[in-house]
Amino acid sequence: MTTSARTDSGSADRADALAFPAPKSAKCPFDPPPAVDRARAAHPVVRATLWDGTSAWLITEHEHVRQVLGDKRFSAEGTRDGFPYLVAGVRELVRTMKPTFFRQDDPEHARLRRMLTADFMVKRVEAMRPEIQQLTDELLDRMIENGPEADLVADFALPLPSVVICLLLGVPYEDHRFFQERAAALFSLQATAEEVRRSQQELLTYLAGIAERKQREPDGSIISRLVAQGELDFDEIASTGRLLLVAGHETTANMIALSALVLMRNPDQLARLRAEPALVKGAVEELLRYLTIVHNGIPRVAAEDVAVGGVTVRAGEGVLCLVNTANRDERVFPGGDTLDLGRDANRHVAFGFGVHQCLGQPLARAELQIALETLFRRLPGLRPAIPFEDVPFRHDQAIYGLGALPVTW
Amino acid sequence: MLVQIDQELCCGAGSCVRTAPEVFDQRDEDGLVLVIDEKPPAHLHDAVREAADICPAAAILLDEQDA
Ligand code: HEM
Repeated sequence: MTTSARTDSGSADRADALAFPAPKSAKCPFDPPPAVDRARAAHPVVRATLWDGTSAWLITEHEHVRQVLGDKRFSAEGTRDGFPYLVAGVRELVRTMKPTFFRQDDPEHARLRRMLTADFMVKRVEAMRPEIQQLTDELLDRMIENGPEADLVADFALPLPSVVICLLLGVPYEDHRFFQERAAALFSLQATAEEVRRSQQELLTYLAGIAERKQREPDGSIISRLVAQGELDFDEIASTGRLLLVAGHETTANMIALSALVLMRNPDQLARLRAEPALVKGAVEELLRYLTIVHNGIPRVAAEDVAVGGVTVRAGEGVLCLVNTANRDERVFPGGDTLDLGRDANRHVAFGFGVHQCLGQPLARAELQIALETLFRRLPGLRPAIPFEDVPFRHDQAIYGLGALPVTW
Repeated sequence: MLVQIDQELCCGAGSCVRTAPEVFDQRDEDGLVLVIDEKPPAHLHDAVREAADICPAAAILLDEQDA
């Protein structure tokens, strides 16, 4: 029997459960793990066993992922029993620290999120384009000056979104080594509970310090405004700032690096983009779909029994919404295992779905569009400086990406 | 077609503004969505339907009967 899902009449078959996360194929590191593909071919809702022996349902189809993430009966509260965690340290953290709105349900989630929606709304981000363009050009100027070799991750993909989120939050970019190292520990699937706890605590102390400074020296930044509004205390401002700082640079950085790599591997697609710069918006949607860097699922826990894809998810059971397989769903994206920059990929769920859908998506889009268009325009001969087999993919991170990408031009 | 928005549901992700900028905008104060053209011309209907489909919070209400 290959199906690993419990149907309404049966009970969960633990022996048959898929070990998750499953390894990706070395040959196709942009594709979902072969074991997940095999399991979803048998049944779209897959029983999985996580690292700690707990179970969760993998939701693999586009329709079901949208159903679950759009249904309030699936809770984002990380403190509930059964909420699936992929890292011991992060699970420990929620027991000891107040969660951000990322791991809360409405109405509290909506109250806190709405304090920030205007900062990331489409027209606000559009107005930032000249500044993002200038930062992009400055990074490339420096790369060209020191070239013709660089690490595209350290010299371009990581600093661009880091500088931007620092400017928005009012955090000094000079401290980037400090917060990037700690953010990396929070995303590592290997980090010990102690490493996660210490990284989180140090980031919070650091951001609370910045909030105190803004009280004395206010400026136009988000942290300064939250202090002036006085609705949140310093601890809450620090944890909100921590969420934005961490979510705001690792994700986009990995998308820039992976996109650059996959475009260099698909010269026909890259040529198309170069010939038709207006294609860049749609191209970024297709890259978000194809690469889906949130590669281990979006976690929720059922607050009630809910039927999904022929399976009853019982109250207290965890689900992982696999946005990466949903974005390869043949019924929504025919031929989805192929990158096609001309495709209409607008229905992808790379930013999630439901009320938690990515707050920073307009910013991420603008950064990706500007970064990729400018990179390939200014460095037309850009190519990897190492064999593809040696590119360090970050399999052991919550956010998929590259540890480094040596390039030349 | 009549286009309405349920601001209680809106989460300000901005997908609709990106998909049909002639019909949707975001409020300066809180980024929640405003309908700027409640009865959009026919050539925008597909874009509005797509915006309603991809709205993560199902906050866009379409009345296709309304003439
Ligand atoms: C390509 C880059 C990015 C990707 C793929 C991405 C992906 C995601 C996903 C999938 C979620 C939903 C999580 C869930 O439902 O549990 C999310 C939420 C979030 N993202 Fe992003 N993100 C990106 C960039 C950014 C940026 C630049 C920011 C900037 C500040 C940001 C801030 C947030 C925040 C605050 C949330 C929580 C929203 C909520 O819970 O209401 N993200 N992101």
